[in-house]
Amino acid sequence: MPDNQHHTEHDIHPEAGAGVKVSARDVCVSYSGKQALNNVSIDIPDRSVTAFIGPSGCGKSTFLRCMNRMNDTIEGARVSGSLKLDGREVNDKAVDPVVLRASVGMVFQKPNPFPKSIYDNVAYGPRIHGLALSRDELDAIVEEALRKAGLWEEVASRLSDPGTSLSGGQQQRLVIARAIAISPEVILMDEPCSALDPIATAKIEELIDELRENYCIIIVTHSMQQAARVSQRTAFFHMGNLVEYGPTEEIFTNPRDPRTQDYITGRFG
Amino acid sequence: MTDTSDPPPIRDAVSRNLARRYRAELRFRVAGLAAVAAAVGILVVLLLSILSQGLPAFTVYQLVIPVRLEADVIDPGGDGSEASLRRGGYSRVLQDAIRAEFPDVTARRDLRNLFGLYTSLNSTRLMDEVLADPSLVGTTHIFRMPIADDLDLYLKGRLVEDHTLPTRGRLSAVPQDGVVSVTTTAPDLRSLARDIAALMSDEATALELRARQARERAGTLDGSDAEDAVYEAERLEAESATLRAAAAAPDGLIPLSPALPSVLVESGNTTIRLTAIAPGGDAALGEFMLGNGEIAGAEDWTLYVVDTPENRRRVSDQMIVWTRSLQARGLISHDFNTYLFANADSREPELAGVKGALFGSILTMIITIALSVPIGIFTALYLEEYAPKNRFTDLIEVNINNLAAVPSIVFGLLGLAVFINAFGLPRSAPLVGGLVLSLMTLPTVIIATRAALKAVPPSIRQAALAVGASKTQAVFHHVLPLAAPGILTGSIIGLAQAMGETAPLLMIGMVAFIADAPTLGLEGLTQPATVMPVQVFLWSDGAERAFEARTAAAILVLLALMIGFNALAIYLRRRFERRW
Repeated sequence: MPDNQHHTEHDIHPEAGAGVKVSARDVCVSYSGKQALNNVSIDIPDRSVTAFIGPSGCGKSTFLRCMNRMNDTIEGARVSGSLKLDGREVNDKAVDPVVLRASVGMVFQKPNPFPKSIYDNVAYGPRIHGLALSRDELDAIVEEALRKAGLWEEVASRLSDPGTSLSGGQQQRLVIARAIAISPEVILMDEPCSALDPIATAKIEELIDELRENYCIIIVTHSMQQAARVSQRTAFFHMGNLVEYGPTEEIFTNPRDPRTQDYITGRFG
Repeated sequence: MTDTSDPPPIRDAVSRNLARRYRAELRFRVAGLAAVAAAVGILVVLLLSILSQGLPAFTVYQLVIPVRLEADVIDPGGDGSEASLRRGGYSRVLQDAIRAEFPDVTARRDLRNLFGLYTSLNSTRLMDEVLADPSLVGTTHIFRMPIADDLDLYLKGRLVEDHTLPTRGRLSAVPQDGVVSVTTTAPDLRSLARDIAALMSDEATALELRARQARERAGTLDGSDAEDAVYEAERLEAESATLRAAAAAPDGLIPLSPALPSVLVESGNTTIRLTAIAPGGDAALGEFMLGNGEIAGAEDWTLYVVDTPENRRRVSDQMIVWTRSLQARGLISHDFNTYLFANADSREPELAGVKGALFGSILTMIITIALSVPIGIFTALYLEEYAPKNRFTDLIEVNINNLAAVPSIVFGLLGLAVFINAFGLPRSAPLVGGLVLSLMTLPTVIIATRAALKAVPPSIRQAALAVGASKTQAVFHHVLPLAAPGILTGSIIGLAQAMGETAPLLMIGMVAFIADAPTLGLEGLTQPATVMPVQVFLWSDGAERAFEARTAAAILVLLALMIGFNALAIYLRRRFERRW
């Protein structure tokens, strides 16, 4: 096994272009003493899509959840190392996870709209954060978020229907609208298309591509094709280690680590 | 790929087992259906039996008699003031009113029986009516009062077996030498005489059998025991011989006795009880029970037979005669039993009601709901959502689960020791009852709430947290509303249990005769009260037979209360579910 604890500068730093949004150094996570993530160091650029790939249980979702401190909610989870968002330490005790999560949105594997109306689903975040001062403002925020999520045309006439009455693909876009309604800086997506059919997947991918212009998007995916289609940079995780990180094209056409090579050619995972 | 002509062996195996699998499924279904049918059947039987027992208690026969409220009797002070009216002789007024209906009754013993038509507690009711409307003084007031409980049962046909025989002949009755000689032109009494003679000879046969047994017993005993048995046998034989002799109508008449059915001859305002019947069925001897006039050739008369012998029932012939007379005169009305709902408990079943217990139940349940539901839900929320998982919280959880299995009477002991002895709260008070029942209900509510909270998918929590909701916001905005139907169901089960509980209230003195209903308000919380299940328990123990029907009626009221309570819960649950 080659030593994977060390990454070259090339691994960590993206090329010139957008600035670094998220910067991790030696992040380790353990669940009840069981190591899930080993010394991950990575710089993720703003206004682009970064894909995390790797076999199940490789730690990519764990790392994703470090970024909005969702690991805090898991009993026995311990996070160490440094993770900076715009240069500010995320794991600092002084950072309130509520404030952090307001700027780091998250979309989960299974669409999880609240059992409330479509409108209330999107309006929930702005409401609790007090982003809208009037009903009109809230209406505007909801409409904008739904438009950005490409759902407005489909649901404009039935905003008071329950969110759970939508199809799976629509629900996932509703959840994305809910996340962007509070204007986050980073959107984390944990396998957002794994429960969707190809048509709905295509729509979400299209949406991700559009959102890239305004947000830093980090997506965990099991689909190599999806990673290749939507992301600009790709990180390959294996057994809790970040094995390789670079521009998506390079990873898929010219992987430097044999494990990456094996994984993307389908020899394991 | 295998050839298509041979089905793969797996198919054979599956088909072999298939019939067995379906049979197992069928057996299970049949068993399930049978269980449901049995449960429904038992429920129906239960309901029908309670209904048939309890429904008569919802009506009451009332005496409706004019009462002369003489000013000098009920207003001794003469100023119409409340103090004066309270000193009035209301029982005398009532007695005068009933005497006015039966002017012939003069003997002291007869009068006492006559005043037994109603309970003397009614004089207090009359006083209340006069106090409420002092202008009644000096007038003749139509007063309604429930008839004595046994006569109420009699009128409902639940006390005695009776029937009326058709008559064809013309009736004559002539008083002579202290008895009344009754004759009819047709043998209307013949079948009756035959039946009574048969009854007498049956009774004689039964006595002879007992005499034989006594003699057999005498053969196995010795000394004074044997002598006693022989004496007993001789006594029975003599009795039997007397009966047989009487049944044979020695001097042309079969004598009647309180051990035989009572035969009442009614014509107009006169009622004659027969004391002897001629087997021919056209003559009899009797005595006046009502009126005392001679009857000559009356066509319109009835022959009323009370099959239950007088010495085996709680109402005498005389009471029956008076009651029938009042009924014939339209002085008895059959009404809805308002006393059952307007009165608290009473020693007299005809005046006893569930109001006190109902109010006590309501007050107790208000305390129980106000304490156990919020405390239970917040405890469960804290334990489930906030508390760290460690040994200490594990211990708390185990103890809560154990508390749910503690016999309810133990909570009563706790209530007695803590609330009454240590805190000095009053005995028999709904406040203490509510506190005790809250303690009993808390574990149920906590366990149900925790289960409901656990059932909320974690994805909803994550979704709320991911948009930046704080933990408390996630819990109160999303988790709690989703768990609400489950919480409601669990709480209602716990509260329904508390509403039907008797044992813990035994300890804190709520099992008591309470003749005044507590007020529905804050001060009612510390007044002595009882609750519905305890009222059922108390009445089921009541000596008077009329309490039997009232027990069932109280059960019906309790059931209605429960059904109403559960219906409210289902309605609330539906509303919660629709909102989400």
